[in-house]
Amino acid sequence: MEARRDVFQAIADPTRRAILLLIAAQSMTPNAIAEEFHSSRQAVSKHIQILTECELVKQEKKGREIYYHINANKMNEINKWIEQFKTILETQFNQLDKVLLTLKKQKK
Amino acid sequence: MTNNLLFDFTVDKAAKTVFITREFDADLSLVWDAFTKAEILDQWVAPKPFVAKTKFMDFKVGGRRFYAMVSPEGQERWAIQKYTSISPKTNFKMYNAFADKDENPELPGSEWDYAFSEQDGITKVSITIFNESFERMESLLEGFKQGFTSTLKNLENLLTILSNK
Repeated sequence: MEARRDVFQAIADPTRRAILLLIAAQSMTPNAIAEEFHSSRQAVSKHIQILTECELVKQEKKGREIYYHINANKMNEINKWIEQFKTILETQFNQLDKVLLTLKKQKK
Repeated sequence: MTNNLLFDFTVDKAAKTVFITREFDADLSLVWDAFTKAEILDQWVAPKPFVAKTKFMDFKVGGRRFYAMVSPEGQERWAIQKYTSISPKTNFKMYNAFADKDENPELPGSEWDYAFSEQDGITKVSITIFNESFERMESLLEGFKQGFTSTLKNLENLLTILSNK
């Protein structure tokens, strides 16, 4: 069975988040990305591979070089998910509003 | 009643930090109690149809709260919180982690910082969640999804009925 990879797994790692931030500003070659990190080139390349599998990053060939850039559509999946988290909190707080109203009435 | 109470929600993805600010139409001491007393917490923290069940809560620095979110099917999702700092009616901090039914935390968890202030009978609560891994937030959401799906399903059915009229 293929390992399940999703956008959350991709951004759960600090190095991968740093890579995303880097290439959000401009598309970069794997070598240029690796130079920004203290970890080995292999480690960085593994992170890029995971980001590519999750489709957060797309590669593009320019001449002999491969450039990586952000896939904005996929990043939106994360935003959608954050919206759901926000909805849960809204629900909780609306429930708290009702509880507070009841408690205020009891006090009187 | 028109609801003009503030609700602000921002996420700093790179810093893994979520900032939430919400106002409540009640005085500070009541809102403080609602966040720090088990019997009140259990009335609102679980999004319906889930219910919250606090097994124990010792609200003091170093004290812990062990509680579960219980699904309509009776499935329990336990979590444990440890209070790391308390300034009465001003601020408290805790470390929150999922746990098994025997109080063993599933690390890593996250740090929650709650700040309270009152103006003209409206109490503002500012919450900062640090170091919350997105994986963990996803599992939190996963736990609620079932309940929400059924709620949304009901709403969907209702809307279909109404739109067919």
